[in-house]
Amino acid sequence: MRIVVDDALFDPGAELNRFTEAAEGMGAVVSFSGIVRQNAAGTLKAMEIEHYPGMTEKAIAAIAEEAVTRWNLGDALVIHRYGALEPGAPIMMVATSAPHRADAFAAAEFLMDYLKSRAPFWKKETTSEGEGWVAAKDEDEAALDRW
Amino acid sequence: MDVLYFAWVRERIGLPKERVETRAATVSELVAELSAREERYALAFSDLTALRVALDQELSDFDAPLEGVREVAFFPPMTGG
Repeated sequence: MRIVVDDALFDPGAELNRFTEAAEGMGAVVSFSGIVRQNAAGTLKAMEIEHYPGMTEKAIAAIAEEAVTRWNLGDALVIHRYGALEPGAPIMMVATSAPHRADAFAAAEFLMDYLKSRAPFWKKETTSEGEGWVAAKDEDEAALDRW
Repeated sequence: MDVLYFAWVRERIGLPKERVETRAATVSELVAELSAREERYALAFSDLTALRVALDQELSDFDAPLEGVREVAFFPPMTGG
């Protein structure tokens, strides 16, 4: 299990290749990458991600350990950035490996749902109109109920 | 104990971290103490349903006891991913 919380740019493709090469004996690898989405009006200039050093790493480790106990997984990878990011930049990725795809898919979705609302990150957007904190969505909280 | 603030809570209160000497038995009592100090605290804590609290880096709730706790953090609901 590898958990990376860092401000540095990462290469999702290279990370996925490395993860896949290490997934010896596994039959399935699922990955998800999140990127900074430009808004509909095209006015997003930057997204600042704040985190809680120490708690962030612990919270993600707890979520990943939960995934490993719930599903038959070979390995899991979580990378999440903080700091000032531009539209189009990668924010985060998760990858899971498993003997069979159902476990890899379910665990990746579980990791994403929990990272959204249980890992201490906060997003602030700067647009040409000004800046503001991104509000948590009710549906993200509700998404945890299915697990 | 150390009290930490993140995101708009940090901005409203105007600092990321402070040392607080308190006899508050629970998080709610600490919130009441801080809110009585100054308007900026009262403003930040005006709607607790919009806030989350962590005790020693574990998510907790406002009824939780503070005995033995070294680090309290207040922040809005998280928006990771």
